[in-house]
Amino acid sequence: MPTERPTEKIGGVVVRFAGDSGDGMQLTGDRFTSVSAVLGNDLATFPDYPAEIRAPAGSLAGVSAFQVQISDHEISTHGDTPNVLVAMNPAGLKANIAVMERGATLIVNSDAFDERSLAKAGYAVDPLTDNSLSEFAVYKVPMTSITQEACKEAGVKPRDAERSKNFFALGLVSWIYTRPTDTTLAWIEERFGSKPQIADANRRAFRAGYDFGETAELFDSRYEISAAAFREGEYINIPGNTSLAWGLIAAARQADLPLFLGSYPITPASDILHELSKRKEFGVKTFQAEDEISGIGAALGAAFGGSLAVTTTSGPGLDLKSETLGLAVSLELPLIIVDVQRAGPSTGLPTKVEQSDLLQAIHGRHGESPVPVVAATTPSQCFDAAIEAARIAVTYRTPVILLSDAYLANGSEPWLIPDVASLPPIEANFASATNATNAEGQPEFLPYVRDDETLARPWAPPGLAGLEHRIGGLEKAENTGSVSYDGANHERMTLLRAARINGIADSYPATLVDDPSGEASLVVVGWGSTYGAINAGVERVRELGRHVAHIQLMHLNPLPNDLGSLLAGYEHVLVPELNLGQLCSILRSKYLVDAKALGKMQGNPFRPAEIEDAILEHLGGAS
Amino acid sequence: MTSTAVPITTKKDWSSDQEIRWCPGCGDYSILTALQMLLPELGVRREKTVFVSGIGCASRFPYYMNTYGLHSIHGRAPAIATGLAVTRPDLDVWVICGDGDALSIGGNHLIHALRRNVNLNILMFNNQIYGLTKGQYSPTSEEGKVTKSTPFGSIDHPFNPISLAIGAEATFVARTHDMDRKHMQEMFGRAHQHDGSSFVEVYQNCNVFNDGAFSAITGKDVRSTMLIELHNGEPIRFGADLERGVVQLPDGRLEIVSVADVGTDALLIHDEHRDEPGLAFALSRLSNGVHEPTPIGIFRDVVRGEYGAEMQAQVDLEQEKKGTGDLAALFRSATTWTVD
Repeated sequence: MPTERPTEKIGGVVVRFAGDSGDGMQLTGDRFTSVSAVLGNDLATFPDYPAEIRAPAGSLAGVSAFQVQISDHEISTHGDTPNVLVAMNPAGLKANIAVMERGATLIVNSDAFDERSLAKAGYAVDPLTDNSLSEFAVYKVPMTSITQEACKEAGVKPRDAERSKNFFALGLVSWIYTRPTDTTLAWIEERFGSKPQIADANRRAFRAGYDFGETAELFDSRYEISAAAFREGEYINIPGNTSLAWGLIAAARQADLPLFLGSYPITPASDILHELSKRKEFGVKTFQAEDEISGIGAALGAAFGGSLAVTTTSGPGLDLKSETLGLAVSLELPLIIVDVQRAGPSTGLPTKVEQSDLLQAIHGRHGESPVPVVAATTPSQCFDAAIEAARIAVTYRTPVILLSDAYLANGSEPWLIPDVASLPPIEANFASATNATNAEGQPEFLPYVRDDETLARPWAPPGLAGLEHRIGGLEKAENTGSVSYDGANHERMTLLRAARINGIADSYPATLVDDPSGEASLVVVGWGSTYGAINAGVERVRELGRHVAHIQLMHLNPLPNDLGSLLAGYEHVLVPELNLGQLCSILRSKYLVDAKALGKMQGNPFRPAEIEDAILEHLGGAS
Repeated sequence: MTSTAVPITTKKDWSSDQEIRWCPGCGDYSILTALQMLLPELGVRREKTVFVSGIGCASRFPYYMNTYGLHSIHGRAPAIATGLAVTRPDLDVWVICGDGDALSIGGNHLIHALRRNVNLNILMFNNQIYGLTKGQYSPTSEEGKVTKSTPFGSIDHPFNPISLAIGAEATFVARTHDMDRKHMQEMFGRAHQHDGSSFVEVYQNCNVFNDGAFSAITGKDVRSTMLIELHNGEPIRFGADLERGVVQLPDGRLEIVSVADVGTDALLIHDEHRDEPGLAFALSRLSNGVHEPTPIGIFRDVVRGEYGAEMQAQVDLEQEKKGTGDLAALFRSATTWTVD
């Protein structure tokens, strides 16, 4: 009989699963996350995988990792440094050991540490035997052989059985952290139900891992992480790309417009195309175009026809779309361009995060070509950001760039499911009648007559008699929209286009300032996905008894009207960004403040500790 | 649903109030007139008609039509029109483009619109030159052509637009020319009738930068001997007394022969509905340029599922199975949990 192990209560844990691209680490991490979500833990995930689908097996380049922080209190990041590393092979260990802190737990698949695999990972000596890991608590578990043994009765070949070893790892970690087994077993049934042998093998591997914890007497204790104190309500764990897609569907519903997506596959944006392609019951039409240009072109055509039109892409695609984006600026039609940013220039790091498209989004077109820019801040907030982008696009008849990034796209967090009735309305307000009288006293329709308040022009999709009109990329005469090469008119139209976009800021709510003491001399200004890390870093500084304020911007163009006066209220402005200081340079030029940039371009999000250190350095004095 | 009769219209109703800015004598005028006179006869509504164009002389066309219109970007009209056509199947969408527009900068969009069979009427005005940029060679200019950008003669081998369209899986492919309004109207009318992408090449004279490019075959005095009019179900023959004809050789090639030499029965019978595209392609290769007898008319008109209709059918089927989408259910489409 195995001895009953004591259960210790802990506040949270950061687990990193690492293995070969083919080892199923993303799935393992995702299942561990899901079962923790159901237990009511707060959580944040960070899938970290290579651009290649299957880099050479066992190589460092082929390592795929998934990090999750689970907690009994509110958290906003996937954690600074992992407490536990599950390494399925030597490469998984080698690629991640540098980020592990002393004393961390390493659970390694000892079967995979053979001479060949060690060599592939670049180990001259087996790290499990040379004492190099003495600072860590190392658990050597023969995952492959136990899994194969356990799966014998499932009737699968040993090679197929070996593929179930990620479920063994999941079972073992589930045992250590007292996760219930029924959720996972039910999921295996649902996912693999049509392939009973594989379902059986995965089930057996999972149970074997769980039982190994129980019987092997390797682990002294198990851990319990209580539910976090969430607001009441129903939750779902949601990755950013899904939440963004759902936000678009909801926005179309709220505006009572058909949703159209024109898109070309590109990492890390393709999941939005996939998600929307599945949702045809909402009347969604998705079009996989021949290229990025056609993706936005078709979307613009659909916008002319009266759809809520969207195109999704990442940096290299945004380059290609800029021409059509310029036409959309000139046509003054609603259009949403989603840029899921990744590290550039060029192909760069296709699966890694960066925020380096900001200046391109704001300025990256020829001519005076103003475009509103909205940035999502967390995976679940992508939903709200999509609705906000749609509101601006439809209300002001303008293309809007919605910035997400690789971190938000793939990372997930619990989302308090909103009441559908509480979603904000969006008014499409199509033109329904003529709006002028011509010289002969006949009613006529002028496509560039503007609304007094928003300066928006009428949106008149084809179909209504009497409203026939022609628009294009040539400069248009004010009001009539007829082609005009008149210089004075061009200047008026340039100013009107700029004023219309600047006026969008009048519709924003007051900027949220997180400054609980009101005594801060330094404000950290972030935008987009740095929200979580800045939030956590700021909290740590406050725990040290220091004062610091935090503003996270969702509207990057135009900036909020109250931002200038808010910044003027602080002695120091620190701007952390995953770029060389793009927002920082805008704040400096627009508000003449001595803002300081904190840049990071390593393909990873900020760690809270990096934010904390930078704040303390700027505040001066010992922590 | 209310159904009202389509109002009776004339050319004037389809003409916009915009001053036409093509060069005097441009072939574009006769194409515009042909279409403005044809549309009243098609029983269509102005408010349901949209002209989408790219950039170039031809692409100014939408400004002169009293319909909805979109003058877009160089080469991109087929892409933009695709988004419009698939979301608004109730509209008649015409794409007006030039040879540089459609075959050079927009070649990719053109071939993909054709293969998808989106319901578009694509009229490509081919003048074998860049006009709006004042006279550079185009992807249909002949080899050796001397232009501002080819002072020593063009070394580019040209596209044959009809071959290209057939190669791109087009379901409707035709050719006409700006000197024959009746023939243009027949081709445009058939293109409009066709369900899916229709591609019509219009030989169009640029009297400023490439004057007389087609006069060797379209001039009134040479037409009967230089234009091979294709008629469905009829032997392919031409000439003032229909004395010449086309036969297929045992190796598959087509050849122009004297009818007297081979007899009427030996002539190739034109079948525009033939599913297999080989013969239509061979017809498109009959002429090596606009100095040889050249076929005009409908090369190919076959039935294939229209893209927008198939996209709509998938939506309809899903809505039939699942209803029209429930947001509350969507938000719960993975495991959820409740905090009390």
